[in-house]
Amino acid sequence: MPKYSIHINGKVHDVDALEDMPLLWVLRDILGMKGTKFGCGKALCGACTVHLDDTAVRSCSVPVSAVGQGKVTTIEGLSEEGDHPLQQAWKKYIVPQCGYCQTGQIMNAAALLKGNPAPSEAQIEQAMQGNLCRCGTYNRIKQAIQSVTAGKLDNSAKEN
Amino acid sequence: MKTLSPFHKKDKDVTAAIFRASRRDFLKVGGLLTGGLVLGVSFFSCNEKGKKLASLAPNVYLTINSDGEIVIIAHRSEMGTGIRTSLPLIVADELGADWSKVRIVQAEADEKKYGNQNTDGSFSVRMFYKPMREAGATARLLLMQAAAAQWKVPVEECDTENSQVIHKASSKTIAFGDLVEAAAKLPVPTPAQLKLKDRSQFKKIGHDTPIVDLHDIVTGKAVFGMDAVADNMKIAVIKHCPVVGGNIKSFDGAKALAVPGVLKVIPIKGAGIPPTLSKPISGVAVIAENTWAAIKGRDLLQVEWDLGPNATYNSAKQLEELEQAMHKEGTVRRNRGDFKKVHAGAKTVIDHVYTAPYLAHATIEPPNALAVVKDGSCEIWAPTQNPQGARDSVAKALGIDAAKVKVNVTLLGGGFGRKSKPDFILEAALLSKEAGFPIKVQWTREDDIKHDYYNALSVQRVVATIDQDNKLSGWNHHIAYPSIDATEDASVLQASDGELGLGATDFPYDVPSIRIETHDAKSHMRVGWLRSVLNIPQAFAIGTMMDEIAEARKLDPIANSLELLGPDRHITFNEEMVKGTYPNYGEDIANYPWDTGRMKRVIERVAKEAGWGKQLPQGSALGFAAHKSFLTYVACIVEVRVDNNKQISIPNVYYAVDCGTAVNTDRIRSQFEGGAQFATSIALKNEITVKNGEVEQNNFDSYQIIRMPEAPKHIHVFIADSADKPTGVGEPPVPPFTPALCNAVYAATGKRIYKLPVDLKV
Repeated sequence: MPKYSIHINGKVHDVDALEDMPLLWVLRDILGMKGTKFGCGKALCGACTVHLDDTAVRSCSVPVSAVGQGKVTTIEGLSEEGDHPLQQAWKKYIVPQCGYCQTGQIMNAAALLKGNPAPSEAQIEQAMQGNLCRCGTYNRIKQAIQSVTAGKLDNSAKEN
Repeated sequence: MKTLSPFHKKDKDVTAAIFRASRRDFLKVGGLLTGGLVLGVSFFSCNEKGKKLASLAPNVYLTINSDGEIVIIAHRSEMGTGIRTSLPLIVADELGADWSKVRIVQAEADEKKYGNQNTDGSFSVRMFYKPMREAGATARLLLMQAAAAQWKVPVEECDTENSQVIHKASSKTIAFGDLVEAAAKLPVPTPAQLKLKDRSQFKKIGHDTPIVDLHDIVTGKAVFGMDAVADNMKIAVIKHCPVVGGNIKSFDGAKALAVPGVLKVIPIKGAGIPPTLSKPISGVAVIAENTWAAIKGRDLLQVEWDLGPNATYNSAKQLEELEQAMHKEGTVRRNRGDFKKVHAGAKTVIDHVYTAPYLAHATIEPPNALAVVKDGSCEIWAPTQNPQGARDSVAKALGIDAAKVKVNVTLLGGGFGRKSKPDFILEAALLSKEAGFPIKVQWTREDDIKHDYYNALSVQRVVATIDQDNKLSGWNHHIAYPSIDATEDASVLQASDGELGLGATDFPYDVPSIRIETHDAKSHMRVGWLRSVLNIPQAFAIGTMMDEIAEARKLDPIANSLELLGPDRHITFNEEMVKGTYPNYGEDIANYPWDTGRMKRVIERVAKEAGWGKQLPQGSALGFAAHKSFLTYVACIVEVRVDNNKQISIPNVYYAVDCGTAVNTDRIRSQFEGGAQFATSIALKNEITVKNGEVEQNNFDSYQIIRMPEAPKHIHVFIADSADKPTGVGEPPVPPFTPALCNAVYAATGKRIYKLPVDLKV
């Protein structure tokens, strides 16, 4: 069984895994990090979204052998106290219903804002279209993201 | 015959059951307390710091500890409706609790103790509003009695607020925690002795309260079924028989076993025909150290199937056959007047056939369950809507007493009716028994799309007649779909009264002749219920035909509906039912009447709020429909925009709802926001087709649900201010949306929609 050293949330983890094992299952089954969710296995729903070097990727479709020296960030590492501006905004707008897709949504939105701190509504929709929500929380997700775009970051999102 | 989900009879013993707490029962609630207590008697336990705590637990749902912590049991399953918040906040509001000091503990399956836990049919708040208030009021009265005795004042002068008993005249206050010991020595009052709060005293009910799991969800700490673990747990991924009712002829697991990490290959015997609502499908399980090895192993399994009689089934062909049958005489189920006579004398006859496909639930968390079978007992962790049903099914499958089966309910990553079936839980239990270690069964998305309990495909025909005086004189509704009952009993060929009662036989309009007929539709699939069930196709046919009737009568659609609802009154339908009575979602129609006045008020409200009649740009239009389901009145106006490429977008949706007393207004709005989006998928995207017995769709590429750019942009929800008994909101947003959307599409394009999903390009 091949061995890999992967950087996750600022720590190096040594894992034994088949080279084609998706990062998703390394996180969930080997490392016990359950915040990243399985939804489709084909990069169609976004529930498994994590960051690889600040870019949102679908961890169900990234084999462990492709991670290399890349820095992986999961929902567990997005913020120390669970107080990333997006997490606060998600609370303020009471975004989740069942909540299952929301960690993927937040990770995707966080990557969007890293690359573009002030996206337009159309840019938000474009960037978030890979993340499905079956409960139908899209409008609140959009509101929450808009509330932390540049200029609003320090006031509205922290009211909660 | 099992009682089917959306048509439950109300659990009449619910109040009796919850006052039957015993100390032994309490000890079984894991994590509640290190000790428990008997009714009204104080019992000492220790908190984390070793401090001695007394507690008051006058009711199975509620415990107050002397350190001020209030523990409230959530006994219904949380799948996104917010029920884990809404029911406890009813208890807390009636009690006068400080909500920040409330801790919610999820109950395991135990019907005797908690009453019905089958979380579907939009009835959690309807069924438990009163018991929850009584739970809070019981503790409140005991605490006030204890304080009154201490202060030597009449109990009537006491009140509760913010987890304190207060005496206004003397400005005295005592914290609940300090009264627990004394209160626990008092006799528990009966429900008849309780004085429930007046509506004006509520601090939480009727307001917005954030869900209790918010922080855990946004930080990834929330535990869904898929996240449950047990020591030495292995993962099972199953290759299911592609055709319903098929069986394994032979299999070869050698290649699967060669995958590193794969441990075992185990066959599972399925239900056959009928497929049942509770048994697994035939399949071969690959058990491995991790999910990936199990998935890889499954891909390498070689299985030869005996596909059985459904291997020739084609859904497109069945739709054609059902359409032919629509023009014959059916079985009359509700009759008023003489339809043949009004038809003969009609000035105008409108006659259309409506078709709708199978729908899959596609919860983003696919079915999964963890079972630990050991020494003749079984413990389950699962995202189940129906823990009691799961417990009974597992006990039966394993041949053990239900008392030996413990079902722990995790959060559900979506339910919509799929997770009220225990088939995937049984797989885990059977595999754990066979393998001898804990098993987590994990369905992939392909398993979920291909092996669901689908909402039935359907064909309907509505014939509406308009007489010489421009009145709607006749309504003849023909209906055919494979019944949910046929999933349990293959001899069932026509819709049940319960299914027809989801919008069809409760056709509320004041028409001289009404004739509702059903036709045979053989079931070849596992048919189940999906968020609002047969209300979806039935409201689609009725709501779009109503729009066509308005047009034929040269009336505004809102004016047409208001007129046809007739004077404000209560309708019972019973005298016109050919057999039996109108089921009314399991409630006595005397207690929950069909009130035309309440429907008219929501229609008027939505028309006002949407600015019905306003001018919109070319290609844009409003459409309207109203539909009562699950005892909740809903009127809906959808604004569509259709571009030059015939792409439909939805700038605005307006809902007016009367669900009686509103409990958590934020979660009512969120159910309507989500309901509009769920229904957008149904109207524009969702379609399961079957060829040679196999579902043709696979994953979210071929079974599409809407994505953010396609979602309705703004969803406006207007909640009636009502003191009436509360009714549910999980399902009622869905039914009126599709006809309102189709009516808007017609207004924008001139094209009527008779087939779902909507496709303007054909």
